[in-house]
Amino acid sequence: MKLPFTVMFEKRMDDVPKWLPAATSIGSVVIAFIISGIILKLIGGQPMRVGKFFFEATFGSWAAVSDTLVKATPLIMVGLACTIAFKMKLWNIGAEGQFYIGAFAASLVVLIPMVPLDSPRFVIIGLMIIMGMIGGAAWGFIPGVLKGKFGVNEIITTLMLNYIAILWNNFWIFNKWSDAGFQMTPPFEKTAWLPRLADYAREYKAFSGITLHLGVVIALVATVVVWWVLERSRWGYEIKLTGDNKEAARYAGINIVRNIILVMMFSGALAGLAGMSEISGVVHRLQERISPGYGFTGIIIAWLAKLNPFAVVLVSILFGALIVAGREIQPSGLAQLLQGIILFMVISSDVLLRYKIRFIRLHSPAAGEVEVA
Amino acid sequence: MNLEIILHAGLATGTILLFAAIGEVFSERAGVLNLGVEGMMLLGAMAGFSTSLATGNVWLGLLAAIIAGGILSLAHGLVTIHFQADQVVSGLSLTFLGTGLALVLGEGLTGKNPPLVPSFNIPGLSAIPFIGPVFFTDHSLLVYVGYLFVPLAWYFIFRTRPGMHLRAVGEKPDAADTMGVNVYGLRYLYVFVGGCLAGLAGATISLSVSPGWYSTQTTSGQGWIAVGLVIFAQWDPLRAAFGAYLFGALRRGILDLQGPAFLLGMKNPLYINSNYGFFLQMTPYVLTILALVIGSRQAARKRLGAPAALGLPYIRGERGL
Amino acid sequence: MSESPFAVEMNDVVIRFPGVLANDHVNFTLRQGEIHALLGENGAGKSTLMNALAGLYRPTSGTIKIKGETVNFSSPKDAIAKGIGMVHQHFMLVPTQTVTENILLGLDQPRFFMRLKEYDQKVLALQDQFGLRVDPTAKIWQLSVGEQQRVEILKTLYRGANILIMDEPTAVLAPQEIDDLIETMRSMVAQGKSIVFISHKLQEVTAVADRVTVLRKGKVTAEGVSITGMTKRDLAQLMVGRDVVFSVAKKPQKPGDVVLSIRDVRAENNKGVPALRGVNLEVRQGEILGIAGVSGNGQSELAEVITGMRPCQGSILINGEDVANQPPIVSIRGGVAHVPEDRTHVGSAPNLSITDNTIMKAYREQPVAKGWSVDFTYARENARNLKRAYEILAPSVETMARKLSGGNLQKVILAREISIEPRLMVAVQPTRGLDVGAIEAIQTLILAQRESGTAVLLVSEELEELLSLSDRIAVIYEGEIMGIVPNENADVEELGLMMTGSHLEDIRKQKAASDAGRVPS
Ligand SMILES: Nc1ncnc2c1ncn2[C@@H]1O[C@H](COP(=O)(O)OP(=O)(O)O)[C@@H](O)[C@H]1O
Ligand SMILES: [Mg+2]
Repeated sequence: MKLPFTVMFEKRMDDVPKWLPAATSIGSVVIAFIISGIILKLIGGQPMRVGKFFFEATFGSWAAVSDTLVKATPLIMVGLACTIAFKMKLWNIGAEGQFYIGAFAASLVVLIPMVPLDSPRFVIIGLMIIMGMIGGAAWGFIPGVLKGKFGVNEIITTLMLNYIAILWNNFWIFNKWSDAGFQMTPPFEKTAWLPRLADYAREYKAFSGITLHLGVVIALVATVVVWWVLERSRWGYEIKLTGDNKEAARYAGINIVRNIILVMMFSGALAGLAGMSEISGVVHRLQERISPGYGFTGIIIAWLAKLNPFAVVLVSILFGALIVAGREIQPSGLAQLLQGIILFMVISSDVLLRYKIRFIRLHSPAAGEVEVA
Repeated sequence: MNLEIILHAGLATGTILLFAAIGEVFSERAGVLNLGVEGMMLLGAMAGFSTSLATGNVWLGLLAAIIAGGILSLAHGLVTIHFQADQVVSGLSLTFLGTGLALVLGEGLTGKNPPLVPSFNIPGLSAIPFIGPVFFTDHSLLVYVGYLFVPLAWYFIFRTRPGMHLRAVGEKPDAADTMGVNVYGLRYLYVFVGGCLAGLAGATISLSVSPGWYSTQTTSGQGWIAVGLVIFAQWDPLRAAFGAYLFGALRRGILDLQGPAFLLGMKNPLYINSNYGFFLQMTPYVLTILALVIGSRQAARKRLGAPAALGLPYIRGERGL
Repeated sequence: MSESPFAVEMNDVVIRFPGVLANDHVNFTLRQGEIHALLGENGAGKSTLMNALAGLYRPTSGTIKIKGETVNFSSPKDAIAKGIGMVHQHFMLVPTQTVTENILLGLDQPRFFMRLKEYDQKVLALQDQFGLRVDPTAKIWQLSVGEQQRVEILKTLYRGANILIMDEPTAVLAPQEIDDLIETMRSMVAQGKSIVFISHKLQEVTAVADRVTVLRKGKVTAEGVSITGMTKRDLAQLMVGRDVVFSVAKKPQKPGDVVLSIRDVRAENNKGVPALRGVNLEVRQGEILGIAGVSGNGQSELAEVITGMRPCQGSILINGEDVANQPPIVSIRGGVAHVPEDRTHVGSAPNLSITDNTIMKAYREQPVAKGWSVDFTYARENARNLKRAYEILAPSVETMARKLSGGNLQKVILAREISIEPRLMVAVQPTRGLDVGAIEAIQTLILAQRESGTAVLLVSEELEELLSLSDRIAVIYEGEIMGIVPNENADVEELGLMMTGSHLEDIRKQKAASDAGRVPS
């Protein structure tokens, strides 16, 4: 059978309409949900009930919203970490490891302890923030140097470092700092906890049980900082230029090796900060599995947000919701599956940004052209 | 700490990496970087395991694993070849997708016992001293298949007409295209081949080398190690095989370090405190990084590089789609 | 000749690209056994038309007949089956494979096993038939450009092509190699082949072609007219659409102090082969030193070592400061502007805006930089001014660089490089691939630099361009300077000899000897 028209993809010559990138991202998410629903149905699940449950668990009440935001907090920081690295086409997929090492380094403040534990809260927390960032940056430094100096593929090295980071953490929590043989350290002193809204429940009744913590503010500050760096600073210009055309950047006199290392460190520091925020704001101790794959989700978030720091915040909230709901949704891999489909949809839909689709009726060229996108 | 045992086990575990890495060699030689090996392997492991369980036929299990890996890889093919999406990001999403699918579909498989790939001795060859016990005794059929597969893959890529076309498509697709070679078709084909082999690698784990379904622990990052090996191997199946077996043996040898109470006349610290085992578990990952550093430096010195068109979508004129 | 039947008839062919009408109702015929020149400026649509004949593009409308039979190619394979072979402007060879492998690419024979030795012999036999020599076991990357071209021709002949399309085959060759190529073309025609010869050089067209079709902006301005009786002037008129004055006005001017001084510079190319073997040069203020040579003789590397893009040995002094082996930033700070050979891969960032592309050199300094940040408001305003001053055609300064045509992109690059007020400008093939209007604009800008006292090092493969712009011309061959001559008494034949590896002294000596020999008669 012959179709009465042919589909032609035509390279876009004009500028992309401003709304289109956002539309493709949103469309991708919607389609991904539908596909996941179909898969769920096929294996005998009940998509509608799961969907309803999903909404209630994530936005159904203030406590639920708070839960979602708590999960979004590390995602924002990790998403930003990926954003800045991807801007330079550095495929840092080691945010997961940097997260763990950041958490580990921040814990050192309490576990060694680096300062007396009765010091003022802001001293301890401040030091934890710094240590978390240093830890993450160090973990980003390794692949950065290997890439910059020896041209070693950063995708593999960052990934391998993820496994190493997790094993490294395990060594300490199973061993020296194990809490009575459990796979976790003893809980931190309260002075090492990020303030939570629940802490003020006595003054404001509405806050009781609301676990939202100061980390979300740190994340928002980080967002503004990353935005400024990328969009306003000279360094950000270098990152953008290098990401778009490395040869042109070299030609413009940019020290690419140094920037590779610095960007990897900055990216690592943001992921490390996420690790710090998670142990100091949520878990309050170092333990196994402090991340349900935040580092990897950050990759999707950065891409779905089209490397826009503010969009990262919005997308992180959606993914925070996914994680909150995913903890209880069965089967357990569903959230991951959904993430995979979303990412696939996003990159497939990018084709709409580069091409226009035209349906052309055969035998009457030009006359029957219908522009779709 | 018996060399024979270590090498024997190394060949078995190496076979996993071997299939996955050579599959990736095919894909990358055609110009398509597929980082989704881990996901395809996991899906293959799950599909093989569950099919073997459900049908009671391990051969159907292997077939299912191969097909599952292949089909999943086609998603990557579609997105990167036709939609010209970034191959890195698409490969990553393939990992998520494969992992997610495997976990969702693999619910409740843990602890089951399907029929496994049989192991046997090769008559005659197994009698050769040292060589026999290491290479030809009590190995899974898949290990023997691996022996045959390596030289065939090498010969195919470097000494046959389809192999020449494969290399041309990854080096200079426009040259191949103007000579009437179907660039898109071949890229799909070899992405598919890569996916099939990754699926087989997954089944090699779940139905042979370490049988069972342990969700993401089944592959525990071996797909990524395979991708790293390809760079170390400089896109050559022989070097990939060498790397895979070496890796298998080293991995096994290092784990064996934990066994004896005394090592080189000293008390074995690993024996006393088993927590040092975490450092042993790090070794494959550290070794992968080392292998990459070595591979990258060699490649730079010999000016050998990846296939020139690796990672780049092919667009003829504006006919992009 | 004129009674021989048509091998190719293209009727009313229209080929449309997004935003461009590349071929506008074009008619083209090729008779059996003729050499038919397809003449036109860059961008006139020559390659596009022939790519359609070779099955690479499908015409939007129009018909193509081969030997009277209407064809509808959907892939190059179909065209090859009809005996059409094309030697592309940019070679279509797999660098890592051997000559024989490249010749066999895409064929069904050998079926499976390669048996290369056997096929090497077949390739050698074919070489004998047409006098095209090249080692069949060599890898493509080891070959010179001229040899690679021979491989391309052999590729088409091996497939039994009797209609050969050669897209600007002379652009990469030295004058003597061009003569060889013309010889080969004649021998092929003598053996019954028909040839389409694409060129934008009038000289060669009048020398080899039987008939000529001229394209201008996608339209035919002369359809298959006989070359006899056509003057170069007529052809130029048809090609450009107006009388062309082949000279930009250059004022006489006295060069000033030495700005660039290169001493015994050596460097390797990307393959690790020596590309510069002890180069010595000087360029003075307000002087244009032209570097002539066949491409691939070290010109690119020379420009790269000066601008810090390539490591080297020796000394490169810019206003007395040694920049050899320093990163690019050193030469940028030293006031070196660089118009790179590769506009899209080196000279610009394709997905960034015109504004972003104009600040590539200036973003570190006041007034574009403000502390740690970039003043994008200022940068945009500045880009708007440059856009106006340099007549850059684009919707806005927010337009992405990759959407610009070659000429406009080159103007962006020049605008950027000139606005750093350079002391030395290194320009590599600044007009390659541009249309006449853009060429004039770019050449005028370069001359203006000379007048304002900048030292200019101009690398070009177009001798005419060098002759009209340079004060002195240096010829480079295999990484050595063969000689430097002042423009006034440059002799094209002499330059040609130097371009193929004769030292200036040797040429002069020989000439003196033969002159002396002739005197007695
Ligand atoms: N693949 C393409 N996509 C869009 N425009 C093209 C493409 N190829 C050529 N063009 C445009 O078509 C016109 C003719 O190009 P071309 O045939 O290459 O000219 P010539 O070979 O005569 O120099 C030019 O304006 C060019 O920019
Ligand atoms: Mg052309």
